Amino acid sequence: MTASRRAAPGDVLLRIEHASLTFGGIKALVDVSFDVLEHEIRAIIGPNGAGKSSLLNLINGVYAPLAGTISYLGQARTRMQPHEAARLGIARTFQSLALFKGMSVLDNIMTGRTLRMRSGLLAQALYLGPAVREEIENRKRVEAIIEFLEIQAYRRQPVGSLPYGLQKRVDLARALALEPRLLLLDEPMAGMNLEEKQDMCRFVLDVNEEFGTTLVLIEHDMGVVMDISDRVVVLDYGRKIGDGTPDQVRASQEVINAYLGIAH
Amino acid sequence: MAQEGMAPQTADTFPRLLLWHERTRPNHPALREKDLGIWQTWTWADLAAEVRVLAAALHQLGLARGGHVAVIGENRPRLYAAMLATQSLGAIPVPMYQDAIAAQMLYVFEDAQIEHAVVEDQEQVDKMLEVRDQYPALAHIVYDDARGLRDYSQSGLVSYDELRLRGAQFANRHPGLFDEQVARASTSDTATLFYTSGTTGRPKGVVQTHAALIDRARAATVFDGLGPNEDVLAYLPLAWIGQNIFSYAQALFAGYTVNCPESPSTVTNDMREIGPTYYFAPPRVFEGLLTQVMIRMEDAGRIKRTLFRHFMEVGRRVGGRILDRQPVGAAMRLWYALGDLLLYAPLRNQLGLSRVKVAYTAGEAIGPDLFAFYRCLGVNLKQLYGSTETAVFVCMQPDGEARADTVGPPLAGVELRISDSGEVLVRSPGLLKEYHRNPEATAAVCDSDGWFHTGDAGLLDSDGHLRIIDRAADVGRLHDGTLFAPKYIENKLKFFPQIKEAVAFGDGRRQVCVFVNIDSEAVGDWAERRGLAYAGYADLAGKTEVLDLVGGCVDKVNADLVTDPLLANSQIHRFLVLHKELDPDDEELTRTRKVRRRFIARKYESLVDALYAGHESQYIETEVRFEDGRVGKVAATLQLRTAKTCAPVARAA
Repeated sequence: MTASRRAAPGDVLLRIEHASLTFGGIKALVDVSFDVLEHEIRAIIGPNGAGKSSLLNLINGVYAPLAGTISYLGQARTRMQPHEAARLGIARTFQSLALFKGMSVLDNIMTGRTLRMRSGLLAQALYLGPAVREEIENRKRVEAIIEFLEIQAYRRQPVGSLPYGLQKRVDLARALALEPRLLLLDEPMAGMNLEEKQDMCRFVLDVNEEFGTTLVLIEHDMGVVMDISDRVVVLDYGRKIGDGTPDQVRASQEVINAYLGIAH
Repeated sequence: MAQEGMAPQTADTFPRLLLWHERTRPNHPALREKDLGIWQTWTWADLAAEVRVLAAALHQLGLARGGHVAVIGENRPRLYAAMLATQSLGAIPVPMYQDAIAAQMLYVFEDAQIEHAVVEDQEQVDKMLEVRDQYPALAHIVYDDARGLRDYSQSGLVSYDELRLRGAQFANRHPGLFDEQVARASTSDTATLFYTSGTTGRPKGVVQTHAALIDRARAATVFDGLGPNEDVLAYLPLAWIGQNIFSYAQALFAGYTVNCPESPSTVTNDMREIGPTYYFAPPRVFEGLLTQVMIRMEDAGRIKRTLFRHFMEVGRRVGGRILDRQPVGAAMRLWYALGDLLLYAPLRNQLGLSRVKVAYTAGEAIGPDLFAFYRCLGVNLKQLYGSTETAVFVCMQPDGEARADTVGPPLAGVELRISDSGEVLVRSPGLLKEYHRNPEATAAVCDSDGWFHTGDAGLLDSDGHLRIIDRAADVGRLHDGTLFAPKYIENKLKFFPQIKEAVAFGDGRRQVCVFVNIDSEAVGDWAERRGLAYAGYADLAGKTEVLDLVGGCVDKVNADLVTDPLLANSQIHRFLVLHKELDPDDEELTRTRKVRRRFIARKYESLVDALYAGHESQYIETEVRFEDGRVGKVAATLQLRTAKTCAPVARAA
């Protein structure tokens, strides 16, 4: 069987320099620096409480760093609102899903297209010409994503009634609806059995191959991390203790002490 | 009614039928496909245009008259167009089962010398590349869905879109090519090559001509008064002649619309959206639908359950008779009409059967209760009989004569007789031309008078209906001479919803022993209601409570068998429940899910011996093959049970 070649990583898409984040007395992140290249799959690993979700929230604009800079697409900024981040092509999924449970799968994914909707309130309410065209275009894109993630059979079901693995897929679909350049995945494999994990891994790889999307994912399953990521960042108590390819990180003594442990 | 607008005798090949529809009803829907959530329609004009372009492209790829083209995938308009385009050039499409593995497909490629393949997606392309490693003559692989294939750099791969472009250009330069090719064909040319799944030995390629397929399509269309406004759902494999004749041959003859569902997981939903008017499903599909209804009924509130029980009783009493247009009292009619409003119509709607004018089932025996259920609901379910070698339609039940225990009288144009040994012989215009490159096999089934030996044991009853007993080769005798018809016993067991599959052994033995596969959905639901926890199929199948449940079914079958003096001695003496489902991927079943008894007897020899030796339990380790060809092992210790047999009732003096 032929292995598909992924696009080689390109230029630096995101650079974090000396970022620090504190909540009251808790130092969530201390002097963390790393970069993310375009088209690569970057994993962030580390024990619970290491600051991984905080790091993602930082990139996304949910938190602003106390110190340090974040450069995205070459532009440095200290403070960015989440909706600005979305407009710049940064999308994310959530550990707790944050889907609209009562809405159908289709409608949930359509909400991901909000940024692309230009028609005014009146035009959309009365469903006039430009609004119609826009709705059709958005629907087409959403249907393409539904087909991509193989959830056609569930498109009209309320999201709350779906099993967990499928809800995660809908969450991913909504993030993809943004047509992001950078996709942040917060523990995409959590709570899944082996088969679901394999499916999700395949979709993650497909997204990277087909759309060239850069992916940053937080993950605990070492097998997944080692298999699919290009480079890994390791955090422990808010500090970066490892940065490199999966093999490099796996061999680092400090990472082994803090997180990986040794096989007995 | 259906006679007007019917294709003339001059449209005697499938491409000519296509052109006739293009002329007479160009804007009528020919095919529909649910793409990106919306039903997209191909009119006859669209289809004809596509076929012209595709034929030009295939011609350019070197497809010669008499060549074979593999067509592999789900039912998709583009694959149908590919089949028509192939036939337009005087070549022969060979549809294949999309879930077969490369090693199984290799045989067909070598036997039919296939150099071109039109396939649906990456999965099939990977299999084609695997086949090509061993059979380099496979030169051209055309794929429809490009997903995952962007980095494939092997030679000979071309996307369907690319092919269309090339074909359009070629057709522009050679405008007369298509019509000239179509004109060259004759009705006795080979139309399609079907490989039978073979319960024994290697698959055989059944050669069917345009004449045979169109003749049978015409016979069945006229029989039920079908016309161009029918809607059919194409959801069974194209490689199976049953699907092919419903959605290809008959569709091209009658000009009705074929609807292709989005994906196998959306079939039930798509069926509800389309509401087919002409429907076919094997008995297990009908059974599956019923199981789902019953499971949901058990969860419903008391009022609904009471309504359901009451009106199902009403339906049982008069529903079938109303459907058969037999006299029924006015009061009962009124009550049935109320039932229709409250229960039958909503239920039909839920199952997608609201618009069904006629529904058929075939391929295996159907339980009388199951059959009655649908007829009581007002669904005109009937049975038919045929095979790949007879282009399907041999016997069909007319309206008003639908019965569970027969397959109906012979259809127009069919001659039928029972040989001295009890075998069903058929003479019909729909008979195969031959088995591809296999004259010995052909001679073995077609005798010098033109009678085809079906290999089925049967008899004609007093109404002229044919009754199938079993495969002739499987009918055996117990040690004491009692008739042993394994399928008859297996079917009786399979009529219980808890039992999915059964295999009976007994030829040449003193007693009959049986393997049983439980139905994971029905038994899983049963277990849940009893608070019985289980961790997967093998665990569920090994539970003592489940064995007791199956034992109950076996006892009931025995009580039934003892009433027939011919079969009283073939009651089931011992049985077991298998730890894994019998599967076509493991070669235990054919691709159309028929039991391969001899293979199973060999593979599970230790279990068969243990049953006959009277052991209480037996350890077994079996190989399991996954869809990608990898092999794994499944092991379990099975309980072997002795069933309750009844003493034959002494004859009344």
